[in-house]
Amino acid sequence: MKILVGYKRVVDYNVRIQVKPDGTGVVTEGVKLSANPFDDIALEEALRLREKGVAEEVVIVGIGPADLTAHLRNGLAMGANRAIHVTTAEAVQPLTAARVFLKLVEKEQPGLVILGKQAIDDDANQTGQMLAALWDRPQATFASKVEIADGKATVTREVDAGLETIEADLPAVITTDLRLNEPRFIKLPDIMKAKSKPIDVIELGSLGVEGGDHLKTTHYAAPPKRSKGVMVKDAAELVATLKQKGLL
Amino acid sequence: MSKILVIAEHLGGKLNPSTARAVSAAAAAKPEAIDVLVLADNADAIAAEAAKIEGVSRVLTVTRAENAHALAAVLAPQVAKAAAGYSHVFAPSTTFGKDLAPRVAALLGVAQVSDVMAVEGSHTFKRPIYAGNAIVTVEADPAQTVVATIRTASWPAAAIGANGTPVEALNLDVALPSYTRFVELKQGKSDRPDLQGASKVVSGGRGVGSKENFEIIYKFADRIGAAVGASRAAVDAGYVPNEMQVGQTGKIIAPELYMAIGISGAIQHLTGIKDAGTIVAINKDAEAPIFEIADLGLVGDLFKIVPELEAALAG
Repeated sequence: MKILVGYKRVVDYNVRIQVKPDGTGVVTEGVKLSANPFDDIALEEALRLREKGVAEEVVIVGIGPADLTAHLRNGLAMGANRAIHVTTAEAVQPLTAARVFLKLVEKEQPGLVILGKQAIDDDANQTGQMLAALWDRPQATFASKVEIADGKATVTREVDAGLETIEADLPAVITTDLRLNEPRFIKLPDIMKAKSKPIDVIELGSLGVEGGDHLKTTHYAAPPKRSKGVMVKDAAELVATLKQKGLL
Repeated sequence: MSKILVIAEHLGGKLNPSTARAVSAAAAAKPEAIDVLVLADNADAIAAEAAKIEGVSRVLTVTRAENAHALAAVLAPQVAKAAAGYSHVFAPSTTFGKDLAPRVAALLGVAQVSDVMAVEGSHTFKRPIYAGNAIVTVEADPAQTVVATIRTASWPAAAIGANGTPVEALNLDVALPSYTRFVELKQGKSDRPDLQGASKVVSGGRGVGSKENFEIIYKFADRIGAAVGASRAAVDAGYVPNEMQVGQTGKIIAPELYMAIGISGAIQHLTGIKDAGTIVAINKDAEAPIFEIADLGLVGDLFKIVPELEAALAG
């Protein structure tokens, strides 16, 4: 079985995002970029399935500008067999990303597609579900445990009510939640090895997908700030203050 | 004019309060009609609850055995079909809505607006990105159906008490896939208030130290009638189950009172509590980032302070 993994590059999760004063975007110049944490978890899960003998090949997919190569090399160093780089100068919205993935799915015929449940830049949480719909295959979102056997995936999902387990016939789309696994660290020799792994470069325009970027972002603003409050000296003062505010 | 279809969330035969919050967001778009769609194996009781939400024009039910569990692959084709004639489809931005709505949007071939926190016009919305560190204004294409999930913490529940709202059964002729099957749901049993709707929440973090120590949080929460939450660190460490996680990837909540106990306050956690009325932080580290946004802060050992709080309450 082949596993396709979405591998997006985003502003590193430790960066404190600043909105540009003119409201046209957020500051990304000179800011550290990293793999979307949920995508590292997706890749880790795919690698573990390969190590268990469930899958033979793990292919990572990135959609982005020419300089995405270095990011994809990281995924290859982590252990992916090869990468597909769909090139586009502009960031794509989830529907377009899902349509791109559908094209790649038709070409690669994977048994499983694993994506992060959301990217920590746009926080959209859509692409996996959209791909599953367009492909007319099962989706198992927010996965915290995945077992593959007998042509189906048994997936435990983190839902608001607790833990839900569903069964999905393969091929299927799984999106990862935080507690699915802890991604491995990249070792130096693997970075060297990754240099010889193949990256297929495909121009987005050549895939013939209908553009799905229907949302126009017209303004960026900083969130309203909560002002720093006051410190109380002890438990008695805290309780008294809360009682005074009518909260206790 | 707009017509909005709101997808009802329910579990165990009961309507989830997130539905009434999605109705509030729908009302903000000033539509000519707001219909609520209930997909269930037994829709009557749920539909009766939905019919009491003020502002709802009609409640539509689709009763099918396949709808016994909320499987997105099964529900989405029905929602997509029912969406004909509507300008907007709204669902709460809970794990239910997040799972379902994008699948509906893709079937309709339209974009989705995730986590709507403000409605500026029928096709203009505000939503958070970067864990709430930026708020964007987005415009949806007026030529397309708008599919959106509603950030429940940004919206009050629409009032309950409507009378005479019609309930109509829909017969959707849609073939449903059987390639996804429900196995089980493990729910934490709790008599405490629901974390997402509670007016008071007490949360514990890594500082609590262990599953056993978390008793001190439960006990105090019960003393003041609060729901209990936790930071990601506490969930990852196995102190509490996943459904208690508050933050960017957990639950986004807006209680009147939020008490963070032994939580340092990573950005991802703060995202989940920004809309709380009053935030109280108790932490032994005076430099903890949680104090930057807390309205009331108290530095000290939680194992000493929490019993003192209880004593002060009794006094």
